[in-house]
Amino acid sequence: MITSESFTEKKATRDIYLPPERKTVDGGGESHVVAKDFSIYYGEFEAVKKVSADILSRYVTAIIGPSGCGKSTFLRAINRMNDLIPSCRTSGSLLFDGEDVYGKYTDEVLLRKKVGMVFQKPNPFPKSIFDNIAYGPRLHGMSDKKKLMEIVERSLKKAAIWDEVCDRLDKNALGLSGGQQQRLCVARTLAVEPEVLLLDEPTSALDPKATAKIEDLIQELRGSYTIMIVTHNMQQASRVSDSTMFFYEGVLVEHAATAQLFTNPKDPMTEDYITGRFS
Amino acid sequence: MNIGTRKILDRSFTAVGIGSIIVMALALMVVVVPIVSNGIGAVFFTGTVEHRKMLRNEFQRGDTQHLASEVASSERYRARVYEILGTFEKELEGMEPALKRQYTSKYAQTRTAIQALLGPLPGDTTPMLTRFKYGQTRWEKAEEKLHDLLYESKWDNSNSEIMGKEYFVSRSNAFKGTSLAPLFPYMKSNIEKMLLPEFTVYWGFITDSSVDSHFFGGIWPEIQGTFFLAMGAMLFAFPLGVIAAVYFTEYARPGFLNSMLRSANSTLAGVPSIVFGMFGLAFFINTLKVSESKSVLAGSLTLAIMILPTIIRAAEEAILAVPKTYREASLSLGSTKWNTIATVILPAALPGILTGGVISLGRAAGETAPIIFTAAVSVGSAIGLADVFSSPTPALSWNIYNLASEHEAAAQLRHVQYGMVFALVTIVLLLNLSAIVLRARISKKMKG
Ligand SMILES: Nc1ncnc2c1ncn2[C@@H]1O[C@H](COP(=O)(O)OP(=O)(O)OP(=O)(O)O)[C@@H](O)[C@H]1O
Ligand SMILES: [Mg+2]
Repeated sequence: MITSESFTEKKATRDIYLPPERKTVDGGGESHVVAKDFSIYYGEFEAVKKVSADILSRYVTAIIGPSGCGKSTFLRAINRMNDLIPSCRTSGSLLFDGEDVYGKYTDEVLLRKKVGMVFQKPNPFPKSIFDNIAYGPRLHGMSDKKKLMEIVERSLKKAAIWDEVCDRLDKNALGLSGGQQQRLCVARTLAVEPEVLLLDEPTSALDPKATAKIEDLIQELRGSYTIMIVTHNMQQASRVSDSTMFFYEGVLVEHAATAQLFTNPKDPMTEDYITGRFS
Repeated sequence: MNIGTRKILDRSFTAVGIGSIIVMALALMVVVVPIVSNGIGAVFFTGTVEHRKMLRNEFQRGDTQHLASEVASSERYRARVYEILGTFEKELEGMEPALKRQYTSKYAQTRTAIQALLGPLPGDTTPMLTRFKYGQTRWEKAEEKLHDLLYESKWDNSNSEIMGKEYFVSRSNAFKGTSLAPLFPYMKSNIEKMLLPEFTVYWGFITDSSVDSHFFGGIWPEIQGTFFLAMGAMLFAFPLGVIAAVYFTEYARPGFLNSMLRSANSTLAGVPSIVFGMFGLAFFINTLKVSESKSVLAGSLTLAIMILPTIIRAAEEAILAVPKTYREASLSLGSTKWNTIATVILPAALPGILTGGVISLGRAAGETAPIIFTAAVSVGSAIGLADVFSSPTPALSWNIYNLASEHEAAAQLRHVQYGMVFALVTIVLLLNLSAIVLRARISKKMKG
């Protein structure tokens, strides 16, 4: 966990991120993911530049910024999905639970189990709904049918999609609508019981109703999971998040409590962006 | 471009497209129609009493009593033939030498023609080869042979500028005035009563083993051999090919070695099959000594090497076509790379992999060259599963070639050749059809 000498520093920064009404939440509020001078390169191109940030456990952190500013890149670095891109490498440090994410002995498979991700485009497997949700638990050694069923039901309920699919769990997941597929993907991630939930524009392909459901879901999961959500929708960021990070051209420009960032931004660039005066 | 030209262009493209499809369909018809019609003729035909005798004696099949009564009725008409022959032979003895010499060779030809029609005559020694133990078993062949009996074929070479022309001379004229003369009209009018043609369905053509090097059909050893060879090839090539494809797509690091391996693979796919045949002989039999000489095992291995590049390529393409998002989803749930490949990538790529596999299976079943030196024999009985390590086998592809060009009686066995071709084409088509069905079913299951 967090080393004691950095704790006071942490406490100070944490106060900045905490929205007033949540300062009293039980548990959480610890540093969960900590970046320090963390850069990400695609070949020679530096897509994320020396970012230092502190993401608190069981809080919702929103990431906003113009297209191509490195939001996805940063998010995908946390569960090492960038490993799939051969040209991608990092410098600086990124800690998860106090351990180096890019350390020599880090088990990325275990890391990804703890840091779940929901992608911008819904990506269910071409399997049945049940098998989709059970994929993770089975992977991690669960084979008891009854327990699997329990997990599937619980996850689907948490993702607010149980009522829509409970009578066709054996049907192929690709037959669901886009919004249903996205919630299914959330349920699939929840079934693994991760500690951190990374959401990369989870509602960009959804209609307002489905979007509202996902937002409700985030509200519900808040306090039990550390959630990071990338979004282009300012209202969404202000509705669901406790703190917000603003990226611009790979640089973390400002990171503050959401209420403060949207009403009283410190950086003029942030202000331009959130008021839409951005060119 | 204005609308008018665009429309004309569209129309002409459509016309060209439809035209080329029609040409293709016609070409297919030209190939398939004779194969089907002649191939079916190997099983469904008008058979004679000689065919039924053959079935009785060689395969113990058919109704003995009925056959006995048929033979008796046929012999009643044949008796007159024997009688005429006997009378003429006596007459021949009494002729003066010059005349005797003139008739002897002609009579020998006539007698041979009758043997071809009716089988061995009374007093003949039993022939060694089964094919000479019976007369004509197929009615349309019997009609040809009857013509041979009634007319002697001669060649007109008077004009040396052009090729010789065939013409026919009636044999009955040659024997005018002798006691043999009545034979010819008698044969002509009573041939049906002597051979008793009737419609026959001879499934044994497919399920029997061959008698006297395919003289009467019986292609089961070939079908079984083809099956063993193709299946054996798949057994080696399919797992190996899929593993290689997984390695190429998932594990190989881009670099010199990798691109060398890939281009080697592509080159192998284009190597003529006879080269694989030579390789199989040199490598599997002479070097590795997987078997003493030709064997199903050596043939399967050779075919496997031949189809391996195709399987690898098909599997590679199928794996690369799996959306990247599946892989991301699986990994993000904490799956290992290997697990992702086994539980997500390969199942999603399965239709493509299977299609490649079945197409290769069809190719393995149809290729001749790779098995000439490694597995195929022209005549043989069906081998058991236990013999595949040591025994060679007849196989459709090789025996079609053999029967059409090397068999000493090739011209008389067209129906057997067509029957084999039809069987092979049917097997390959069925395989491809099953691939299509399988693919459709799996894709349907995956699309929900
Ligand atoms: N695989 C890659 N290879 C090379 N460059 C990449 C790759 N992926 C992203 N980039 C570059 O990195 C930068 C950041 O990309 P990223 O996808 O993180 O942006 P983003 O903030 O998520 O944008 P958006 O809002 O459009 O999703 C971009 O300039 C992009 O061109
Ligand atoms: Mg993005």
